Formats: sequence, C-alpha cells, structure tokens
Amino acid sequence: MSTLTAPFRPQALATPPPEPKANYLNVSYGVKSWLLTTDHKRIALLYLVSVTLMFFVGGAAATLIRVNLLTPAGSLVTADTYNKLFSAHGIIMVFFFLVPVVPTVLGNFLLPMMIGARDLAFPRLNLLSWYAYMAGATLILWVIFSGGVDTGWTFYTPFSSKSSHASVIPAMLAIVIGGFSGIFTGLNFVVTVHRLRAPGLTWFRLPLFVWSLYATSIILLLATPVLAMTLILVAVERVWGIGIFDPALGGDPLLFQHLFWFYSHPAVYIMILPGMGIVSEIIPCFSRKNIFGYKFVAFASIGIAVLGFLVWAHHMFVAGQSRFAAMIFSFLSYLVAVPSAIKVFNWTATLYKGSITYHTPMLFALGFIGLFTLGGLTGLMLAALGLNVHVHDTYFIIAHFHFIMVGGMVMAYMAGLHYWWPKITGRLYPEGWGRLAALIVFIGFILTFSPQFVLGYLGMPRRYHAYAQEFQVLNVLSTAGASILAVGYLLPLIYLIWSLRYGKKAGDNPWDATGLEWQSPSPPPPDNFAEPPVVTCGPYEYALGPGVRSQESGVKIPETEVHNV
Amino acid sequence: MSEIANTSSQSAQVAPPPGSLWHHFENLEHQNEATTLGMWVFLATELLIFGALFAGYAAYRSWYPAAFEAASGRLNLLIGGINTVVLLTSSLTMVLAVRAAQLGSLRALVTLLILTSLLGTVFLALKAVEYYTDYLDNLVPGLAFNPEEWRQVHVNPAHVQLFLVFYYVMTGLHAVHLTFGIVIMAVLAVMAWRRAFTPEHHTAVEMWGLYWHFVDIVWIFLLPLLYLIATRKTLM
Amino acid sequence: MSGPTFQRKTYYYVFGALIALTVLTVGISFLDLGQWHIAAGLTIAVCKAGFVILFFMHLLHSRPLTWLILGTGLFWLAILLALTLSDYVTRHLGAY
Repeated sequence: MSTLTAPFRPQALATPPPEPKANYLNVSYGVKSWLLTTDHKRIALLYLVSVTLMFFVGGAAATLIRVNLLTPAGSLVTADTYNKLFSAHGIIMVFFFLVPVVPTVLGNFLLPMMIGARDLAFPRLNLLSWYAYMAGATLILWVIFSGGVDTGWTFYTPFSSKSSHASVIPAMLAIVIGGFSGIFTGLNFVVTVHRLRAPGLTWFRLPLFVWSLYATSIILLLATPVLAMTLILVAVERVWGIGIFDPALGGDPLLFQHLFWFYSHPAVYIMILPGMGIVSEIIPCFSRKNIFGYKFVAFASIGIAVLGFLVWAHHMFVAGQSRFAAMIFSFLSYLVAVPSAIKVFNWTATLYKGSITYHTPMLFALGFIGLFTLGGLTGLMLAALGLNVHVHDTYFIIAHFHFIMVGGMVMAYMAGLHYWWPKITGRLYPEGWGRLAALIVFIGFILTFSPQFVLGYLGMPRRYHAYAQEFQVLNVLSTAGASILAVGYLLPLIYLIWSLRYGKKAGDNPWDATGLEWQSPSPPPPDNFAEPPVVTCGPYEYALGPGVRSQESGVKIPETEVHNV
Repeated sequence: MSEIANTSSQSAQVAPPPGSLWHHFENLEHQNEATTLGMWVFLATELLIFGALFAGYAAYRSWYPAAFEAASGRLNLLIGGINTVVLLTSSLTMVLAVRAAQLGSLRALVTLLILTSLLGTVFLALKAVEYYTDYLDNLVPGLAFNPEEWRQVHVNPAHVQLFLVFYYVMTGLHAVHLTFGIVIMAVLAVMAWRRAFTPEHHTAVEMWGLYWHFVDIVWIFLLPLLYLIATRKTLM
Repeated sequence: MSGPTFQRKTYYYVFGALIALTVLTVGISFLDLGQWHIAAGLTIAVCKAGFVILFFMHLLHSRPLTWLILGTGLFWLAILLALTLSDYVTRHLGAY
C-alpha cells in the first residue's frame, strides 16, 4: 500500500509540471464513452451541462416574469400564461437546478477524491441517476413548451387534482422521475462515505464538504419518497376522478400540503447544505486558517438535516391547520435556525485574524455568508405566527427564499465552481473577470430582491401578474436589478467556456489548498490517484506551513480498519 | 449455534468469478458489504414511500372512525388471510434460498427461488380474485358503489370511499412492488441455474432477499390496518 | 456478505411463530375488543415484523450500522406520522 500521506502541499512552481499522459478527459473519446461512462468525474460533467441548461431555461422564465412586472397592468402576458411562467420557474429552479446542482456536479466529482476512493460505491447506479435526471428534465421541458402547467411548483389541491386543465400529470411525473435521480445519488453517497474512505480517514478528518453531502443525502433519501407518493396520489385523483384530497368526499386539502411540505421543507436544506459545505472549504483556504470549531460545523450539518424535518407546517400557518399544531411548528422553526447560526459564527471566527485574500471563490463565499444570514434572519421573522399571517403569500416570502437560495445557494455554487474549476478542467479561469462577475452578481442581487421585502411588507401579493399602482417603483427597481444579475450570470458562462481552450494551465494545486483532491493532477487521472492515499491528519491544517504533517497526539493510525462504520 | 457458511479468510483466498469484482473495491467481501448496505438504505426509503400512505390513512381514520370500521369489515378476510400465509411462506422459501446460496447447494437454490417467485404469483392471483369479489360487492368507488347501502347503516358513503381509495392504492402499490420482486426472483433463478453464484459471491440473492422480506413486512402491516380495525362479523 | 446464518430449524420455528401470530390476529378480530382492535393488531404485526427482520433478514447477525439505518428509517416514519397526526387530532379544537 502506498505511503503517499496527506496533506502535503507542493512548493509553488513557476511552471506547472507536464500533464500526465491520461486524465479522465482524454482517456477515451467518442459519444459512447461519455454516454455510457461510469466514471464519476465524467458523470459530473454530464450533469454540469444539463443542469446549466436548465438553469438558463428557468432564468428565461424569470426574465419574462420580471419584464411583465414592469407595469402595474402586467400586460406582457395573460394571467394564465403568467401562472405558467412562475410555475415553470419554480419547478425548474427547485427540482431541476437547486436540488441536484451541487451534489451531482461538485459532489459527484469531488466526493470520491476527497475520501481517497477511486469511484463512488455504485458507478452504474450513478449513471442511471443521470439518465433519470435527463428523463425528468426532458419531460418537464416538453410540458413547459407544449402548454405548461399552472399550479405553481407547489401543486396545491384541489386545483391540481380537480380543476386545472394544464398538463399536471406529466409535470408531476417529470418531478417523480427526477426525484429518483436524487434518491439514487443520495444512496450512492451514503454507502460511499461509510465504506470507501481511505486508510486513516476517520469521520472527524473528513472535509466538511463531505459532512454536508452526507447530511444532504440523508434528507434526499428520507424526504423524496414522500413527495413521489404524494404526487402519485394527486395523479390518481386526476385520472380516476376519485381521490383522497377531494373535499366533496370529506377529504382534506391540507393533507396534500402536509405530505408535500414534509418533503419540500427538508428540500430547502437539500439545496443549502451542500452550499454551506462549499463555504466551509473555501473560507479556511482563503484565510489560510483551520476552520473554527470543526466538530460544531459537522454536527450542525446533521442537526440541520434532522431539525429540518420537524418544521414543515410553517408553510401552512394560514391554511387551516389546528392552532395547537401551528404552535408546535412555530416553536420548532425557531430551533432550526440554531445550527445554521452556529455555522455562520464559525465561519466568521475562521476569518478572524486570518490571512485573507479576495480571489473569486472567496468573494462569492463572503457574499454567501452575508446574504444567507440576512435571508435566514427573515426566516426567523416568518416563524412568528403573528407576522407570518401578515406576510404570507406576499413578496416578503419571495424575497426571503430568494435571499437564501440565490444570494446564498447560487453564490455558493459559483464559489465552488470557480474554486474547483482548475481541478476539474486543468485550466484557470481569468481571475479579473471572475471578480467582476462576483461584484455584478452581488449588486444585481441586492437591487433585485431588497425591494421585494418592502413590497411584501406593504402587501403586494405573490403570483399575481398585475398589481396596484403604488408598487410600481419598487417593481421597476427589482427588474432593473434582475437585468444586472443576468449579466452577472452570463459572464461566467462565457469566460469559463473560454478558459477551456485559452485559460492558463493549472497545476495540481493552484490555491495551495489542503484536501486529498488537490494531491492529484489537474485534471485527475481516471482512477483519481496513482495509489490510494493514507491520511494522517485533519483536513484544514493550513497553519502548519508546507511539508509539515501533524500527528494526532498519541493515537496510532490503524492501517486497515477504515471500513468499519 | 449457527452453521458457518463462510469466513472472511476463505473469501480472501478464493478468486472471485471473473468480472464480479469492481475496480474500486479492495476485495469481494468489501464489495458485498457495500452492496448489502446499499439495499438496506434503499429499504429505508421504501419505508417512507409507504409511510406517506400510512400517514394519510391514519389522518382520515382519526376523523372518520365509523365509516372506516364499517368499510373494513366488508373486505374479504378469507383471501386476505390466505394471502398472508402465502407471503409468509414465500419469505421462508426466500431465506432458505439464501442459505442454499451460502452453502453452494445449486439445486436447492434454484428450486427455492422458483418457489418464492411462484408463491408471489399465487398472491397476485388471489389478489386479483379478491379485487373481483370487491367489485361484485360494490366496493369500488367510481365503478361499482352503492351509497344508499351505507346511508342505511348510518355511515357516510363519502368517507367509505376515502377508505376504499386508500385500500386500493396501498394494496396496489404493494402489488407493484411484489410484481417487481417476482420478476427479480425468476431472473435470479435463471442466473443461479447458470452457475452465477458461489458461496463466496451471491450478494444479489441476499440483497433481493432483503427486498422480498420488506414486501412481506408491508403486507404484515396492511392486514390488520385494512382488514382488522374493528370487530369482524364475517370472513368475507 | 456471506456470513454465519441460522440453522434451518430456527427458520422453521420462526415461520411457525409467524403463522401462529397470523391465526391469532385474525382470530381476535372476531372478538369484541371495541377500541382496542387497532392496538392489538398493530402489536401483533410489530411482533411478526420483528421476527422477519431479526431472523429472515439476519439483522441479529448484522453490524451496528445496519441497525442504525433501520432505526433511522423508522424514526423518520415516526416523525411523519406523529407530527401529521398532531394536526388531525387537534383540528377540532380550533383552526387558523
């Protein structure tokens, strides 16, 4: 067995070493070698292409929404088309972008490398998971372009089960199929983390990105099946005209909402946890400091996953559930903020007295911390029953979740994409353009979504294609911001693709980061490592300087017993 | 005292059947552990799929006890009971099949896998008969249902229909899972006959055995929750 | 993984217990237990499921991680059932 120990940090080289003969990109050519690959790195790239495409389709829907909202009469599109636009935007962004993006793109690529494995536990299942995603994505695109669905991404009954004339069943089927993609990915990750860690890689030496992926996988596995079943029940009701959500039978529309949100609230944690994991990797690297409170951050990930399952009915405070249940869920919703706050404190403490540099990943990560915190604080406001009644179904809610999902999650994804781009492609992106894009995204975001908090508080309802005259100024500001935000997203699309051909060649470790993934060439060889690494210290030993390896005090590293738990 | 089919030192010495060891695992035992673990994780997700139905059922049962109890009493317990025994027997044949695989008893393995698959098919056949008797008994909302007969016993027919929808969806979902299992068992039987399994490497049999037992356990709960929630007057 | 299993005898005994419990659960359904039918039926079902899991699915011989996975699934199922029901059994007390 190899004695390549980690982490070792190579001296900074004036010129990067010559690329090894075969990496995962050039080891084989041809469409079949990509469409039938079982290499987790290639599958990650397949996902990158598909998920990016979906992002821009969802973004196009958002563009039309924002343009329509420039005028109070909202006459760019009819009310019915508007319903289909926000439904398309929500469905695509939630189910086909935010939920899959980081686990399937960055997670698939990095998880095996971060734990010193040659692949995920079930490579063929991984490929199947991509095909399931593609099937779902193709179907939903067909639905949208052939007439659309108008129920909102939330599919509330009885409109979705009885009255809507749109393609509800195909839309739900697309989501169910896409959901299976997530279940397979989660299953793969859980078994991989338990069984394929390199020798010496104990649980508390895992990178925090791995912890966050593990927590995300738990949620994927336990929540998605409930969504699948619930949507199937709506389909049963539509097809046979008889069902369990039908008020005429004594059925309760709230039952749909309970079952739907049992998935969909944990789903928001599926979306954010990997982003938090990315930030936990980037902050230490660009502060040249060990993460503050590693175990707290690790356990906070698990805490978020567990507590996230206990709060779903805070989406239903005005729907008609019992007062008693509402109070329980309100209380639990306050609790779920605690582990997120712990993470924010720990990132901040990591930055404190760090040696900070402002490369693009760091800019995006810092933006994440600020915007996620603001969005999260408004979440606490929403957990209060009294306030929630006032702002439910207004733009306050929209601003709240866009702060977290766009200001938070999408920025974290951008951070991770830029951070690991050299590893994935072997090229450096142009740093100046990257920083400019980060700045534009930040400014555009603030301008787009801050007015929406005010709009919501003043009473503008969501999902309305027209609105009262007094709201116009804020809406125009928001649309202006959206156009800036769009530029901010298009820029990386251009310069990242440009860098594939013209970018400077990256060495193994351009950021001088710790972590097993950086001990391998960029791009990595098909089997990730020349020989399996052996781990002897924690994941963020930045303070020790190059070439120094720490030893756990007094603990002998067991060579073989890694496959234990 | 248990029979030891294999020890890990044995599997380290025997060469795996060609193509069965994946490149990213150290050895076959490691791979088999991971695969079995994967199936357990999958079964946990299946718990939640059925769980959604159980949650809805529990909600309405708490609201409409009278209607649910009245409807439950009309289900065909004779077939339901026989089917329970059929499925339990199939679980026995399944676990004996796993044992046969561990011991390398080829003929027993094939026979038991076929038996398991067959018993599952018997279940489905009886289930189809049961659905037919339900149809004849006016227990199919939207197709064959008589609201008057329920009003006459002071039970809300709408709530009875809720119960029945759950009955068909839950047993239907179970039947779909069972069908999948039946096909898998048949495929495994063919593979076993073609000597695909050895005492060191028969994970597929163990793995799908776990799945089969899970399907059995779902039925173990469906029986009392659908058929036995009130004092039964008749068997069918 | 292929490891120690139970004797054939054990499987037959467990099977016998399963059949006996089935007969029991069907039998008592004809008695007048009032509100207790569901509790009785579920108790027996849990016993039967326990037998299948411990013996037929070899949980008794499995590593702790397997127990953890099963426990986690069951715990989550309990969350789903308990919190959903918390709304339904208290709805009559007053809703928003």
